[in-house]
Amino acid sequence: MNEPKKLHSRGVLDWFDPRGRQVGGWGFIINRISAIGLTIYLYLHLVMLGKLAQGPEAFDAFIATAKQPLILFGELLVIIAGLYHGLNGIRIALTSFGVAVRYQRALLIAVVLLTAAGSLFFAIRMLSIH
Amino acid sequence: MSDEKWTVTFIVFRKKDEQPVRYDTFTLEVSPNEYVLDAVERIWAFHDRSLVFAHACHHSTCGACGMRVNGVERLTCITPIREVTRNGGTVRVEPLRNFPVVSDLAVDMSRLYQAMDVVHAQAVHPLDAAPLEGDGIRPPRQVPQPEEEGEFLRLADCIECGLCVSACPVAGTDPAYLGPAALAGAQLQSIARNPDLLSVVDCAEGVWRCHSAYECTAVCPSNVQPGWRIMDLRRQVVAQRIKALLGQR
Repeated sequence: MNEPKKLHSRGVLDWFDPRGRQVGGWGFIINRISAIGLTIYLYLHLVMLGKLAQGPEAFDAFIATAKQPLILFGELLVIIAGLYHGLNGIRIALTSFGVAVRYQRALLIAVVLLTAAGSLFFAIRMLSIH
Repeated sequence: MSDEKWTVTFIVFRKKDEQPVRYDTFTLEVSPNEYVLDAVERIWAFHDRSLVFAHACHHSTCGACGMRVNGVERLTCITPIREVTRNGGTVRVEPLRNFPVVSDLAVDMSRLYQAMDVVHAQAVHPLDAAPLEGDGIRPPRQVPQPEEEGEFLRLADCIECGLCVSACPVAGTDPAYLGPAALAGAQLQSIARNPDLLSVVDCAEGVWRCHSAYECTAVCPSNVQPGWRIMDLRRQVVAQRIKALLGQR
């Protein structure tokens, strides 16, 4: 039996290459990146919760570290990713059932604008608290 | 026709058998109103007779000359050079993605043809399923009815050029995925009319594999709107499943 011919494809790398992609493709790429980011964050979050089991000193030391600007920036990225991924999920759910498919570009622009507005709101809140 | 001439450098993907990929460069004097396929043919005719590429009709009917031009899937016979570069600029010509490369710019499209066969894609469609006017995706308010019994038929829009499969980010990681063209072919028949299609498209390699990038719709040269049709097919699948759940046929 002949071996299947190899596709001319870079596999998952093509998921993330924005060259030549249109608006919907950009939405797909950001959705994938935000999904990976949120998955990584979930593991980091579980590690952080694990500090609770090591006693109050360990937890307080971790919280002190978490207040560093770099960590705060990371938390802001989590908020951006969460907002985008959640809102884009609503867009995909709608279009997946035939609702507003012809407006998917406009919906994606609305998702990006809402994400930007929400991120700005949370960024101001975070900076004002810290 | 204007006598305007541009000097354009074509960077062409080359691959023979198991040899590594290389890019050859050809600098041509072209009319900006010529098409990319004209330039590729001239490269073959006057510079390198070993260049392999597919073409036939030269008027966007056969779907043979699909290639990636500067990274975007295009039907090269209707892509004016003026649209993709400037005088003194470059044009990168590569084969379609997500198909095996036969040689240079020619790819093996069996994957597409087999998928079209699996869904029994039709060469003609009832007019009420694929209207001639309007946005091409909603049945017209008034479909003309023939005087005698029956229905008007029209030729399918899809020219099976494979641009949609090449542009789809998912098709490159799942060779078994039916792909946008075949799913659009299934939608045009409708599951209500053709219930056997349900098991073909309601699976991991069917409508549920699509990740809504809509790149297929963006590159389709025939206004088939595969992205919309896949979503509509999902709606049909869900409707059929709900009917089955409620014990209706």
